[in-house]
Amino acid sequence: MAYCNRFNFLFLLQWETLCSRWCLITSHKLYSTVYDPNEKTFEKLLIANRGEIACRVIKTCKKMGIKTVAIHSDVDANAVHVKMADEAVCVGPAPTSKSYLNMDAIMEVIRKTRAQAVHPGYGFLSENKEFARRLASEGVTFIGPDTHAIQAMGDKIESKLLAKNAKVNTIPGFDGVVKDADEAVRIAREIGYPVMIKASAGGGGKGMRIAWDDEETREGFRFSSQEAASSFGDDRLLIEKFIDNPRHIEIQVLADKHGNALWLNERECSIQRRNQKVVEEAPSTFLDPETRRAMGEQAVALAKAVKYSSAGTVEFLVDSSKNFYFLEMNTRLQVEHPVTECITGLDLVQEMIRVAKGYPLRHTQADIPINGWAVECRVYAEDPYKSFGLPSIGKLSQYQEPLHVPNVRVDSGIQQGSDISIYYDPMISKLITYGSNRAEALKRMEEALDNYVIRGVAHNISLLREVIIHPRFVQGDISTKFLPEVYPDGFKGHKLTDLERRQLLATAASLYVAEQLRSQRFLGTPRIPIAKSKRSSWELSVHLGDGIYPVAVSKDGSSFSVEVDGMKLNVTSEWNLASPLLSVTIDGTQRTIQRISRNASGETSIQFLGTVYKLQILTKVAAELSKYMPEKAAEDTSSILRSPMPGTVVAVSVKPGDMVSEGQEICVIEAMKMQNSMIAAKTGKVKAVHCKAGDTVGEEDLLVELE
Amino acid sequence: MAAVRVLRRAVRLCRGRAASGARPPPVPQRIEEKRRAALLGGGQARIDAQHKRGKLTARERILLLLDPDSFDEYDMFVEHRCTDFGMDSSKNKYPGDSVVTGRGRINGRLAYVFSQDFTVFGGSLSGAHAQKICKIMDQAAMVGAPVIGLNDSGGARIQEGVESLAGYADIFLRNVLCSGVIPQISLIMGPCAGGAVYSPALTDFTFMVKDTSYLFITGPDVVKSVTNEDVTQEQLGGAKTHTAVSGVAHRAFENDIDALLNLREFFNYLPLSNRDPAPVCECHDPSDRLVPELDTIVPSESTKAYDMLDIIHSIVDEREFFEIMPTYARNIVVGFARMNGRTVGIVGNQPKVASGCLDINSSVKGARFVRFCDAFNIPLITFVDVPGFLPGTAQEYGGIIRHGAKLLFAFAEATVPKITVITRKGAVQIIFRGKEANAEEEYVDKFANPFPAAMRGFVDDIIQPSTTRTRICHDLDVLASKSQSSPWKKHANIPL
Repeated sequence: MAYCNRFNFLFLLQWETLCSRWCLITSHKLYSTVYDPNEKTFEKLLIANRGEIACRVIKTCKKMGIKTVAIHSDVDANAVHVKMADEAVCVGPAPTSKSYLNMDAIMEVIRKTRAQAVHPGYGFLSENKEFARRLASEGVTFIGPDTHAIQAMGDKIESKLLAKNAKVNTIPGFDGVVKDADEAVRIAREIGYPVMIKASAGGGGKGMRIAWDDEETREGFRFSSQEAASSFGDDRLLIEKFIDNPRHIEIQVLADKHGNALWLNERECSIQRRNQKVVEEAPSTFLDPETRRAMGEQAVALAKAVKYSSAGTVEFLVDSSKNFYFLEMNTRLQVEHPVTECITGLDLVQEMIRVAKGYPLRHTQADIPINGWAVECRVYAEDPYKSFGLPSIGKLSQYQEPLHVPNVRVDSGIQQGSDISIYYDPMISKLITYGSNRAEALKRMEEALDNYVIRGVAHNISLLREVIIHPRFVQGDISTKFLPEVYPDGFKGHKLTDLERRQLLATAASLYVAEQLRSQRFLGTPRIPIAKSKRSSWELSVHLGDGIYPVAVSKDGSSFSVEVDGMKLNVTSEWNLASPLLSVTIDGTQRTIQRISRNASGETSIQFLGTVYKLQILTKVAAELSKYMPEKAAEDTSSILRSPMPGTVVAVSVKPGDMVSEGQEICVIEAMKMQNSMIAAKTGKVKAVHCKAGDTVGEEDLLVELE
Repeated sequence: MAAVRVLRRAVRLCRGRAASGARPPPVPQRIEEKRRAALLGGGQARIDAQHKRGKLTARERILLLLDPDSFDEYDMFVEHRCTDFGMDSSKNKYPGDSVVTGRGRINGRLAYVFSQDFTVFGGSLSGAHAQKICKIMDQAAMVGAPVIGLNDSGGARIQEGVESLAGYADIFLRNVLCSGVIPQISLIMGPCAGGAVYSPALTDFTFMVKDTSYLFITGPDVVKSVTNEDVTQEQLGGAKTHTAVSGVAHRAFENDIDALLNLREFFNYLPLSNRDPAPVCECHDPSDRLVPELDTIVPSESTKAYDMLDIIHSIVDEREFFEIMPTYARNIVVGFARMNGRTVGIVGNQPKVASGCLDINSSVKGARFVRFCDAFNIPLITFVDVPGFLPGTAQEYGGIIRHGAKLLFAFAEATVPKITVITRKGAVQIIFRGKEANAEEEYVDKFANPFPAAMRGFVDDIIQPSTTRTRICHDLDVLASKSQSSPWKKHANIPL
């Protein structure tokens, strides 16, 4: 905290040298809202979004003295952004098309609440030109660029033409609109494989498919056009040369309505799964000052070419020779904007509001610093062991952000008790750490991830932690292929070294003994204790993974002396068995662990180095007798198909009695706007179908049975 | 009578030895031999057979249930007294007979245990077997300590006839006399059929082991010949049947080890007798912990479901809740937890199942649990969100009036501290009130207005949901000295 204050103070000085009448108002870590009370701004602003980004916007509004209006769907009635805002209005039921995308309802709220401006956040209506137009027609300020820029940049084809004209490097083999599968194949062949196919209107990596041959092109065309139609009501597609092994590096730009435009350095966003970003950082280890300037200048040139105002992001693919190609421009605040705020000290939301109000930028390109290093991890409610992350839903039974770790910023819109539902993005929060250099920021991230308590839903902390400590990542040797390259057989969690395994076993055994000792302490009992002398040593057998390890624990004052694999370890802790976080010192090494669960049968799961390990701890006697326990028959999983995630059944392509071959599509599940094809695990006859199109299914629900 | 029998047997033994001409081995050696034989039960072959069935032996079970080196065995040298059908031959004599009895400690606290030995005559109950059980039950009642029965018995000792049956009668009588005096727990770890089932049925809690234990009055063969029904042992009296359908058993566990370790944990919730207070464990969970999620967990629409277990877990110490009958009458949740270390009994309507309505099964489930808590000084915390009793002919013909009355009776009769939290709607809140001594609290609710009840003093306070834990812990401290007496009576007449 002290460090942060110093950090903010640093910027205060910097601003004061610029313009001494501005005062610094900030309560949030790692960016500064430099607010001039004499600068008139909006009185009331509506946030047309939910979750963390709505909360993020409200925070800056509060500092600027702007009243806020939140909109929400009925299931979000108790959401954090609703509580934070000065006013909140329900705009419809849970499905986004009926609430957060419901322009009529939102316009009605704007009229009723007399909001003067609308911040759209990201996603939803943030890049919807129709929404911007309707706002303009009612004299309400849209916090973002004008309709023209949204339209130009929202269309992938038009944006590339514009970029070309503005002398921005574009991807080779770029082509036009696709009408059918045959044309898709023809275009793909012209460009040369591999090609990338995606919905023209879609943002980010959603719906992006890569084809290496004609057949995959046809399949990609089918999926992408379906998704394009269902998600955007616009079935145009884009096919272009796919750059193998690229980095995804983007430039934050900030422009005003007076023709000024700045580039606020880059963000490295190469760590992605299924084309969605997972870990971002600023600056990038890969860019030298020349490349950075070249990219920045091209980004600014593009912004100026479309008379861009507000904050925007120009995304580039960068190949191994530092050639960079324009990918697209996002005409909104990006999810990963905090890393830019950390290294520049700017409050991008505030700058967006100022620009929208018509003020000129307060800075020149020379004022934009790169101070330190910032890393952002997107913490998702998803199971990282299934294709690097399949959505998980549920109630956050316990939730505690690692804000006690210094230089940590958490942007979230949820709290303990919140539901992660199938209706919205499964992001829990953005966890940002800052350091004077990259190593420091990464070290803090490690600590922050270990101290993050998330219970009730699956989460990707284990994957995030493995990524940030992976030698390739630490060296900066990354590309958008990082995850599939590093984990070709899928992510399996942290691999324990011999020492780490011993540490885990010693910790688990000590916890077990601490629990046993506590369960013998009864307070205020009127009976004379009949227990013989207190036990001081335990012979245990710990089952971890495929191994069974004999562990001997002896109590040594307040610490435990544990013998594992012939090695003695000393384990010390306060042993607070109710706390979700437990700080344990094992032979001088401090580890923050989390005991996720335990039961009377000695089964326990412990989060250690980010990964949750299942263990069973039994006394030696019980372990010896357990060989007599009957094996319970496990379910044959090849003849049944269960839903890997919660979602909606889009289509079922089989009926009872049908013959299916291995790998054949059986049904399609849509979850979080992604269509997932469920395939048969073996060849056989369909015995029963337990779902139909339109059904909502939960994780592990039985879909189809084969004979 | 018994003394005469023993004497006769002794004489016989001496004669036998004299006839063979050899000098009997010295006494210490004989003691050692008998002890070794007792420890081996029915012999290695039968022990192996027991293991093959996925079951542990009577002694192995005791070893896992009790603290290490804490078992003091009784009657290891008792042998059965049957002389018919060749039972008096020495190969049919097993020191200790078909049950191991004694006392020991569970987490340092006293418990009496009997563990039926299936390797000796299939664990069948002889007069001596019954006598051994009765002895520890009598002791347990006198010193005030729970009795745990590990049942694994083929039934009556057929060779002994009425003597065996009389043994059951002796046990039943003690089960009844001890009821409400000391906690009695039965863990069914093998067959338990015929008259034998009534001892577990008379105890406070009956737990089962999945796939290896059965409870029924008559087995599948007899069922087939009488009612012509085809039914397997598992369907008729397996753990699933009794924990989900009949409500005879209170919980089932995966295997012997799982069951015994859970029993150890369960034991820690119980007072040793009705003269002991509810136990208080060392607690690391702050009693003034706020539970912010409670402010949003209950949906404002009165028809929308939520999981009462979420509320219970969030309020109790360390989210630990030992649920009783979790798969039977799931529209009511009952079980044990701790508040600031002190054992409490929790009763909650479950809006997730059948809207949390009260029906015959849930009324009986709730009533029995409340009466156990009241008998053993365990404070009751009730979470109310109930639309009312379930209407319909099935319920009325089944006697919902009589069975529902049990729940009213149990709550009204209970004199332990009672705290009721109305989480949303309390259609029958009046039922749950014990006039003066219970503290009632109510959540603020947008639609179901709590004011009418609060203004008339039917509820004591309207509290912020997030402060529920703090308030309950505080109230329990105050109510610890609660003293309430009922008018003299032989016993009340609960509508059975």
